Amino acid sequence: MKEAGVKAWLPSLLRLALVVLLIAFVTNPGWFEPLLKPLTESNAPAIYNQGSLLTLTLLHLRTVLIATVAATIVAVALAILVTRPAGVEFLPLSRSLVNIGQTFPPVAVLALAVPAVGFGEKPTLIALFLYGLLPIFENALTGLTTLPANVVEAARGAGMTGWQRLVKVELPLSAPIILGGIRLSVVISLATATIGSTVAARTLGEVIIAGLLSNNLAFVLQGGLIVAALAVLIYDGLSAIERYTARRMGQETA
Amino acid sequence: MIEIEGITKRYDATTVVDDVSMVIEPRTIVVIVGTSGSGKTTLLRMINRLVEPTAGVIRLDGADNRSLPGYELRRSIGYAIQGHGLFPHRTVAQNIATVPVLLGWDAARIKRRVDELMTLYQLDPQAFGPRYPHELSGGQQQRVGVARALAAEPNVLLMDEPFGALDPIIRNKAQEDLLAIQKRFGTTIILVTHDMEEAVHMGDKIAVMDAGKLVQYAKPAEILAKPASAFVETLVGASEKPFRLLSLGRVRDAVETGTAEGEAIPGDASQRDALAELLWSGRPALPVKGADGKPLGRVTVGGLVKRAARPA
Repeated sequence: MKEAGVKAWLPSLLRLALVVLLIAFVTNPGWFEPLLKPLTESNAPAIYNQGSLLTLTLLHLRTVLIATVAATIVAVALAILVTRPAGVEFLPLSRSLVNIGQTFPPVAVLALAVPAVGFGEKPTLIALFLYGLLPIFENALTGLTTLPANVVEAARGAGMTGWQRLVKVELPLSAPIILGGIRLSVVISLATATIGSTVAARTLGEVIIAGLLSNNLAFVLQGGLIVAALAVLIYDGLSAIERYTARRMGQETA
Repeated sequence: MIEIEGITKRYDATTVVDDVSMVIEPRTIVVIVGTSGSGKTTLLRMINRLVEPTAGVIRLDGADNRSLPGYELRRSIGYAIQGHGLFPHRTVAQNIATVPVLLGWDAARIKRRVDELMTLYQLDPQAFGPRYPHELSGGQQQRVGVARALAAEPNVLLMDEPFGALDPIIRNKAQEDLLAIQKRFGTTIILVTHDMEEAVHMGDKIAVMDAGKLVQYAKPAEILAKPASAFVETLVGASEKPFRLLSLGRVRDAVETGTAEGEAIPGDASQRDALAELLWSGRPALPVKGADGKPLGRVTVGGLVKRAARPA
């Protein structure tokens, strides 16, 4: 009995510990210097010293947030469009467009975008936006096309207009699946955003690249670990929201 | 009154509903029976224009049902379907309030109506109102589905196999509830089913459909006595006919003078139930009691058997 209680609490405890550790690390990286010191050579600094880790983390998150919000709006709007009777013909076209976005390597997008929009955050946003479209679009499409038929029928029979059906029934019912797509997209973007620093976007990639350039393993590790911790926590958080919305509807949770 | 005139629905080369005309009197229950693919559901869905007819007119109280936009028409007509189709992300109270909200009723009026319907359907508004559909039993979900269809006080209620997913006991109860509510509100009900038993039990009139055509439209007793075609005969079930005929009548109408031994049967029970009881207990006669418990007389095997014979 007691053991089961501990098992149930363990994941939450680990998550809480990870949050505390992450906040402590980005606000007071100095505390962790002794841990990272053995990874450096010839007295190089163990903690990134060309900018605040906290600022970089927040900028990294901002980039991912902007790109994901834009990708969500476009992907969901597109999925809605191609699931309306008037937009069905556009389904194959939008599928291929979104697929191209996914197959095109982000690095190549950066290389192509820099001449057009210059260095900095913009080319990174474009690359993340294109890369994030596919999971959200595919999930939104699945959600909107696998709604229970008798529920949609009931909505029509009750006298809802097309718009009312979309807003009051179809979108709320597909919300858990759409959220799943957003979750995948966010996690991919969190990792991919690091390469934005090759074109002078201010992300945690800066720390990793600085480490690679100066052969400083401590830098590479701290940049990578912060990104990984963010990804794990955000993935967990979004999963919890998905489970909550699905459970409210009595759907089985995966 | 609902007048259906020369209604036809074609999908490409196949005719699903073929030139159907019928008149449905107000405050009655009409049951449309047929095998699957007979076009009965399509006919029903053309009344509230979930399906648009290829040809023909449907008039509701004299007005063409195309004089309003489809969604406005549907708000004025109740619609209940098999498997209820409740919105899983909305509470029971929100589900029932669907059409009143679309019609823009004020909150107090909606709440009054939702509470009234839930009480009518033996669902405590305090306990069940805030629950989600998946937290209810099948029978409760079905009741909420019908309550939702009746919420905006429609004159007409369309039902597509509303009891199809229920087990026999709950199904019986749901049918009785619907009959009671129809009496109370005087709603015109058009119900689609493939079950002749249900049709005979529920319908003031029965419309039999086969391959898109209306084969017979008549009172249950007439359908049983004079099936218009071999198809109707099969649907009625030749060996079931006498029992179905008996199920139409009440014990009260078959009472003879005299007394009998044993437990009395209520006058409201069907003659079929009385005959079953007689056969099962091996007695020649049963005492009958009124609603107040007073003895009315007796029913006999012989009397009931006569009533089960083909009407002249």
